[in-house]
Amino acid sequence: MDINDIRSLITVLGLVCFLAICAWAYSRHAKAGFDEAARLPLSDDDLPVRGGRQDLEGKANG
Amino acid sequence: MQSQATYNYKVVRQFAIMTVVWGIVGMLVGVIAAAQLVWPELNVHEFLHFGRLRPLHTNAVIFAFGGCALFATSYYVVQRTCHTRLFAPGLAAFTFWGWQLVIVLAAITLPLGYTSSKEYAELEWPIDILIAIVWVSYAVVFFGTIAKRKVSHIYVANWFFGGFILTVALLHIVNSAAIPVSLTSMKSYSAYAGVQDAMVQWWYGHNAVGFFLTAGFLGMMYYFVPKQADRPVYSYRLSVVHFWALIFTYMWAGPHHLHYTALPDWTQSVGMVFSLILLAPSWGGMINGVLTLSGAWHKLRTDPILKFLITSLSFYGMSTFEGPMMSIKTVNALSHYTDWTVGHVHSGALGWVAMISIGSVYFLLPRLYGKAEMYSVKLINAHFWIATIGIVLYIASMWISGVMQGLMWRATNADGTLTYSFVESVKASYPFWTIRFIGGALFLTGMFIMFYNMVKTIAGQKAYDAPVLAPAAAHA
Repeated sequence: MDINDIRSLITVLGLVCFLAICAWAYSRHAKAGFDEAARLPLSDDDLPVRGGRQDLEGKANG
Repeated sequence: MQSQATYNYKVVRQFAIMTVVWGIVGMLVGVIAAAQLVWPELNVHEFLHFGRLRPLHTNAVIFAFGGCALFATSYYVVQRTCHTRLFAPGLAAFTFWGWQLVIVLAAITLPLGYTSSKEYAELEWPIDILIAIVWVSYAVVFFGTIAKRKVSHIYVANWFFGGFILTVALLHIVNSAAIPVSLTSMKSYSAYAGVQDAMVQWWYGHNAVGFFLTAGFLGMMYYFVPKQADRPVYSYRLSVVHFWALIFTYMWAGPHHLHYTALPDWTQSVGMVFSLILLAPSWGGMINGVLTLSGAWHKLRTDPILKFLITSLSFYGMSTFEGPMMSIKTVNALSHYTDWTVGHVHSGALGWVAMISIGSVYFLLPRLYGKAEMYSVKLINAHFWIATIGIVLYIASMWISGVMQGLMWRATNADGTLTYSFVESVKASYPFWTIRFIGGALFLTGMFIMFYNMVKTIAGQKAYDAPVLAPAAAHA
């Protein structure tokens, strides 16, 4: 086999790999895990003031 | 009494503050270079000549300003989303001081005229070695932190930061391979020759755009936009596809920098086709970021940090539409070597990269000093509008002068001679270069406002290190 055949093969495998990732990402199987993962930064209260985000929002709304 | 472990905010603080400082320095050099084009008398000395200040400007804004913003945000995001302290704190401190040393060395050697003449990789070989060591240390700290995470999932922002760190290591080491004239000489010659050298350089150059200036800042987008909007990212599965589409596609786009050169024609066409394909993941990512605000659009009215973040995404969408269009060979025949390219770069650099960095640093600073918000929210708003007007002036003037230059250079008389001499196109560009100078000066003014706001926020405050929180039950 010519080295260029292997290069072509790698390109095709790259495309197949990408399509497989798309199929997996949009499968029903991955949905619950993704919904949970999307909450990861939000369920982490990083505000230093007492009461955290609620405190700040209370202030903004008041 | 504090008995609980705290996050390593120290290195985040250092990088966040230096982001603002180097932003002012890099943009000031840019404004000076812009002024030199309008008033050539300002080229007062060889050290301060346009040809030496231009690479200093690009290196300072990309690697000093952008680099510090990436270090600060990635160190913050990886700790918070992994619910663990930074791995190897000594090494993290080394990345800070090492990176500052690289920047200072660049600021000394570039005006002195030491350059490898590779765009965005001008620094000579001893500094390149230092960059490689700092970057590998960065990778160890970042991936070490991921490895000891307390949650099972690796949040998408960390994928983007991780992809950016790995790729930049690869790009830098391959493209900077060079043979020094001697061990006591700063001068080196590239390990590659001829068109291979050009292709390696633009494989590096375009992926510096794709990974340093895009993937890393998308990492910021996927954390700070949801955080500031208090909404989860619009579609997490789209973010996964977005990541892998960028990874699989960007690597091929470099040849569009070498249209109509000695590069084989088919390679140019491959570069063009992949650049066009890139429109899809870029816009997918932009839409994902903007739609995160669904149901919270009213926040844009009152929250200037969110204005910075969302406007940056608009500019990201604009420049990732413009880029693929410019990579089409026939369009490139008009745009290449003109101010249009400069306008395109700054729509991405000021609009996307700088605005998302500025928004993220405004988010970080109060949290790093134990406060709920910046000293003055009004000043953030002022900064936003001054910066936005500056960008619009900058890119609109460059578009007009770029298209004008391209048309003037290609115009021919009936007998086949050129209609205009080159210097006539230079003369016609002056008004636009003046407008560009004003736009750049406005953007720089915004950075001074940010510096003042930062100093007032920090003044009298003690550095604050937040306690390491246990992850919410669902994520453990």
